[in-house]
Amino acid sequence: MAVEQKKHPMPVQEPKIRARNFEEVALGYTENIAIAEAKRCLNCKNRPCVSGCPVNVPIPEFISKVKEGDFEGAYRQITLASSLPAVCGRVCPQETQCESKCTLGIKFEPVGIGRLERFVADRHNALNTETVEIPQSNGHKVAVVGSGPSGLTCAGDLAKKGYKVTVFEALHLAGGVLVYGIPEFRLPKSIVAKEVETLKKYGVDIQTNVVIGKTLTVDELFEMGYEAVFVGSGAGLPRFMGIPGESLKGVYSANEFLTRSNLMKAYRDDARTPIMRAKKVAVVGGGNVAMDAARTALRLGADEVYIVYRRSMEELPARKEEVEHAEEEGIKFEILRNPVEIMGYNNPDDRRDPKNGFVTGIKVRKCELGAPDEKGRRRPVEIEGSEYILDVDCVIMAIGTSPNPLIKNTTKGLDVNSHGGIIVEESTGKTSKEGVYAGGDAVTGAATVILAMGAGKTAAKAIDEYLSQKDKK
Amino acid sequence: MYKILTKRELNPTVTLMEIEAPLVANKAQAGQFIILRVDEDGERIPLTVAGCDRARGAVTIIFQIVGGTTMALNAKGEGDYIEDFVGPLGVATKTDGIKKVCVVGGGVGCAIALPVARRFKELGAEVHSIIGFRNKDLVILEDEFRACSEKLEVMTDDGSHGKKGVVTAPLKEWIESGENYDEVIAIGPLIMMKFVVATTKPFNVPTTVSMNPIMIDGTGMCGGCRLTVGGKTKFACVDGPDFNGFEVDFDEAMARSSAYADFERHERERGCNLFKKEAN
Repeated sequence: MAVEQKKHPMPVQEPKIRARNFEEVALGYTENIAIAEAKRCLNCKNRPCVSGCPVNVPIPEFISKVKEGDFEGAYRQITLASSLPAVCGRVCPQETQCESKCTLGIKFEPVGIGRLERFVADRHNALNTETVEIPQSNGHKVAVVGSGPSGLTCAGDLAKKGYKVTVFEALHLAGGVLVYGIPEFRLPKSIVAKEVETLKKYGVDIQTNVVIGKTLTVDELFEMGYEAVFVGSGAGLPRFMGIPGESLKGVYSANEFLTRSNLMKAYRDDARTPIMRAKKVAVVGGGNVAMDAARTALRLGADEVYIVYRRSMEELPARKEEVEHAEEEGIKFEILRNPVEIMGYNNPDDRRDPKNGFVTGIKVRKCELGAPDEKGRRRPVEIEGSEYILDVDCVIMAIGTSPNPLIKNTTKGLDVNSHGGIIVEESTGKTSKEGVYAGGDAVTGAATVILAMGAGKTAAKAIDEYLSQKDKK
Repeated sequence: MYKILTKRELNPTVTLMEIEAPLVANKAQAGQFIILRVDEDGERIPLTVAGCDRARGAVTIIFQIVGGTTMALNAKGEGDYIEDFVGPLGVATKTDGIKKVCVVGGGVGCAIALPVARRFKELGAEVHSIIGFRNKDLVILEDEFRACSEKLEVMTDDGSHGKKGVVTAPLKEWIESGENYDEVIAIGPLIMMKFVVATTKPFNVPTTVSMNPIMIDGTGMCGGCRLTVGGKTKFACVDGPDFNGFEVDFDEAMARSSAYADFERHERERGCNLFKKEAN
C-alpha cells in the first residue's frame, strides 16, 4: 500500500482572525485524521524517532495504539516516558528531534509525531475519568525548586516512585515558563493547570510564594528533612544589548512583556496589570520567545510588528511552525539587521510633555553573513553606513537571559560556570553539593521545554538511585 | 491566603497592616521588600518591609493609597485575607562598620526608613534622622523616630508642623556643622533622594538610596525594575533595592516611573467609582 507522502495538515484558526484573539492557533487532529496519520508510520524496527526524543517516548508503540483506535492505550505508552504530553505535543521542536529522525522523512514528510501526541493527550484529558493510583510511600522526602517543565517532570517521576515531593514556586502560580512565558494561543493555561492537578493527585505538594534562596535556603530544606533537592529555578535576568535608549518607556524585555500578558493577564480588558498596546512594535531576536512576543503584540492590537534579526531566515532559531504561523499572521521579518540605537521623544521646550521619554523608533544597521562561528552558524557582519530608522513605539528585547543569581548566592558549595549556570554531571544532574541536583535553564541558560523535561527526568532517576543507596547503608 | 492581623490608619492616605506570614517574618531584614497580590487577578506590587514580629509570624507593611491596588488593599480589614504575599526579597541594608548615620525619610518613605534607623540603633550606631512631609496631616511615625534617634528634625513643606522647608536644609546644616556621618541613607520620593545626593556629594558623604521602581515578579526574571547605576544596567529586585546614590541615574528612573501614568489614573478613577457605588 502506498504511503501518503505528506503529513495531514493541522486544522488551525484562520490567520486574519487568530491574529486578533488569544485563542489557541492550532485546533488539533480529529480521531479520523489521527488514525490516518498514524497509519503513515512504518513501525520500523530500529525506532530512530525514539533516540531523537530527549525523554525517549516509545513513539512507534503509542502510534500503533492510535492506529488501532486504542487512544487510552496510546496515552499510557506516552506517559511511561513523559509527564506532560499535552504540553510537549504543542511546544516541542519536533522538526529537530523525533520527526527529524523519522525513516519516512528521508523520502517524504515525516510522521506528524507531535500532532499525534497532542491528540492523544487532549483526548485523554477531555474524557479522563480514571482515578490515579497513589503509589505507596517509601518514606523519603525530596524538595523541588521551581515548578517549570524540569521541576514538574522531576516531581512527577519521583512521586510515582513513592517519594514525598514538595515543589517550591516563587510566583503565585505553578508552571514556570509554561504560565509566564508561553502565550495562551500556543499553550492554553488550562492545559498546564490540568497537568499540575494530575501531579497533585500523585501526592505532589506545591507551595507557591516561596523563593528558595530568600524565603528558605537550600541548606534549610535539608534541615527540614528533605534528603535531596532538585534545582529547576529556570532562566533569570533578561539580557539587553547595551545600546543607547534601552531605558526609554516602551522598551521591554520579552520576559516582562510576556509575563505581563500571560501570567498577569494584561491582555484582558479588565486586567489590573498594565501593558503597552503599541501600534508599531519591533521585537529584537529570532527565537521562540521572540515569535511569542511578536505575535502577542499583534494580538494586543498592533498594526505592524517587526522581527529584527541579525542573521537570515535560515538561521532563525525558532521552531519552524512558529515562524510560519508568524508570517501567515503578517509579522514582518527585518532580517540581517542589527539594532544600534533606540530613539525617544524629547520636547526641548516642554520638559513636562507627557510624550517625553517614550520610544519613537529603532535605528538598525544592515548586515551580511560572514564566516561561520564556533557553532557553525554564519556570523553577521555589519555594513557601515547602512543605518535606517524603523518607526515604532515599542521595542521588545528577546535576546536571551542569564541564570538567576538567588540560589547560587545563598548556597555554599554549589559551583557555577562563568555564565552563572549551575555545573552538573550531565548523565545524572548531580551538582558539586551533596544531595543537590539541577537541570533546565538554571543549568543550560535559555533552552527548550523538552530539554528541561529531559533534565528533570535524568535527575529524578539519579535522585532515586542516590536515596536507594542511602537506604542500603 | 495570608491573614491581616492588624490594621491602623497612620494618616488619611497611609495605612499600616500586619500580615501573617511566618516564613517571611523569620527572614526579613531592614531594607528588604515583599510582593503581594490583594486578590485573584490582582496585580503584583512591591512594598518594603516596615518591621516584623517573629514570635507572631507577622510582617508589617505601610502603604500609601495611590492606585487601584492600594485602594483594594485598604478596603480589607483585620481578619480578612489577601491572596499572595512573598518575600523577603532584595538585599538587606548594609550596616557593617557604620558608627554614625543620618537617616532621611520623605513621606511614606519614612515607613521604610524607620526599620533602618532602628536597626542602626540596635547595632549601637549614633542615629540622626530627618523626616519630611507635605503638611502636618501627613506626618507619620514621628514618635517612633524620636525613640531611635539622637537627633530628629521634622520638616513640612508648608511649615504646619516642625520646621518649614525641605529635608536637605537640616542635612546640609548638620554636615556643615561638622557631623561626620559614615553614611547618609535616603528613602523617599525620587526627587527627594536626588536632592539628598546633590547635598551630600560636595562633602563626599557616602549616600545610600532605596529605589522602588515598577516591578512584576521581583525575583530577577522580568527585568522591569532595571535602573542605570554607575553606567551599568542593574535590577532593583536582586541587586537592590539599596544603591550607591552617587551612581544612580535619577532622571532616567523618574522618567521610567511614569510609564503607566495614564493606566494608573484610570485605575484610580475606577477604584473611586466603585467605592462611590458601594456607598450609595
